[in-house]
Amino acid sequence: MAPRTLPILKQLLSKSSSYNTNCIGSRFAPKRSVTYMPRPGDGAPRAVTLIPGDGIGPLVTGAVEQVMDAMHAPVYFERYEVHGDMKKVPEEVLDSIRKNKVCLKGGLATPMGGGVSSLNVQLRKELDLYASLVNCFNLPGLPTRHQNVDIVVIRENTEGEYSGLEHEVVPGVVESLKVITKFCSERIAKYAFEYAYLNNRKKVTAVHKANIMKLADGLFLESCREVATKYPGIKYSEIIVDNCCMQLVSKPEQFDVMVTPNLYGNLVANTAAGIAGGTGVMPGGNVGADHAVFEQGASAGNVGHQKLVEQKKANPVALLLSSAMMLRHLQFPSFADRLETAVKRVISEGKYMTKDLGGDSSTQEVVDAVIAALD
Amino acid sequence: MIQKCTRIKLGTTLTSLLNKQLVKNPALFDVLVMPNLYGDIISDLCAGLIGGLGLTPSCNIGEGGIALAEAVHGSAPDIAGKNLANPTALMLSAVTMLRHLELHDKADQIQNAILNTIAEGKYRTADLGGTSTTTDFTKAICDHL
Repeated sequence: MAPRTLPILKQLLSKSSSYNTNCIGSRFAPKRSVTYMPRPGDGAPRAVTLIPGDGIGPLVTGAVEQVMDAMHAPVYFERYEVHGDMKKVPEEVLDSIRKNKVCLKGGLATPMGGGVSSLNVQLRKELDLYASLVNCFNLPGLPTRHQNVDIVVIRENTEGEYSGLEHEVVPGVVESLKVITKFCSERIAKYAFEYAYLNNRKKVTAVHKANIMKLADGLFLESCREVATKYPGIKYSEIIVDNCCMQLVSKPEQFDVMVTPNLYGNLVANTAAGIAGGTGVMPGGNVGADHAVFEQGASAGNVGHQKLVEQKKANPVALLLSSAMMLRHLQFPSFADRLETAVKRVISEGKYMTKDLGGDSSTQEVVDAVIAALD
Repeated sequence: MIQKCTRIKLGTTLTSLLNKQLVKNPALFDVLVMPNLYGDIISDLCAGLIGGLGLTPSCNIGEGGIALAEAVHGSAPDIAGKNLANPTALMLSAVTMLRHLELHDKADQIQNAILNTIAEGKYRTADLGGTSTTTDFTKAICDHL
């Protein structure tokens, strides 16, 4: 190489690496970009149903309310009390969600064992929220074993192993039915590819166990393959769930968007959340044809344990980032960007972090830091 | 049986296992027991945590003491016949078989040889980041016996 090219090469490389960090940094350094042109009247405040939930739910939803208030975001919350020990979600809550189309909720405690099915699951079935989305990504300031992780797990939310169809054939023998339908598999595949297309994602990976469940997961794969042909610009691949988990813990940077049936989605989303920084920070939500419910990304039904509630040290980051997703869903991108920037700034500074991230702050301290970081 | 062993901690949900415990602090765990599908997934996940399928032994045990020891990995057609495969998984499975046959001292001898060879780092197959062939690696283990 000619001696002149070396300094030029060095300059180019340093510029590109700073461009890369700026790209990540631009996620939390405000940059004036192309203006979003609203329709007249778009700024009218939108009603959002708020379900504080159980355990740490009220704590973290309270955090979101405070931050929304501080930002003067054009949303107002209609609060409804729902608790895990209720038999079913009250009709008025469902009506409110149907009217507002958007809901933000904390976790609802699930009684383990027989009897009442989880209210979280019930809510998703009632509103036909067929896609559950979790975005697992590295946050600057939160070191993990793997870098460059940015996985979106899109999980079928209504059928599969969570159909709730179990019966005892004879005492000591239980049959559990896993139901996979072409209809549900197709629509989740369509959602996943559409998400990838609209968000400039390059790859969609279907997760399955079709070598064992040839008919059920086979049908799921067939539907994914069909939809894949309609998006020639997006790479489609398939991976068996056990290999997938192994790859997730060794080389997670290879994954982009993942589409999965219900149970594997739960496992893959939680694993991805664990390796990218923990369930306390990953945003996500559930979306259907008409409604969207935003909640903590992974392990959404988690209500934390009693000590967390008493000490008020739950991590509000996940729900704050989910509420940013909600603001984008409501077409308020600038507010969403401001909120995300503030949260990422707080995490990268590292002074106010809750216990699961290695710090010792309380929820309120983190909220105050986020409000202070808003611009 | 459970009542007799007072120091065993029981029960954790699959999701909390994955997102908090296994991924962040797998050293907490000793023995995990679970149904078929979850076992398939978790065993592969744990194999990924310790270095991959080239190292993971297993043993299938049936009623009456029948045991089938095999490696967790498959037939790897892409590297078949090229003297590149990592024999550790199958060798450690053989060690498990020896323990099942109650030949503990032989089992210990072989296991120590394998662990020392890998710890030394001079002979490692491609999946562990080295360049040794299967035969070289095996010879190194034999030298360590």
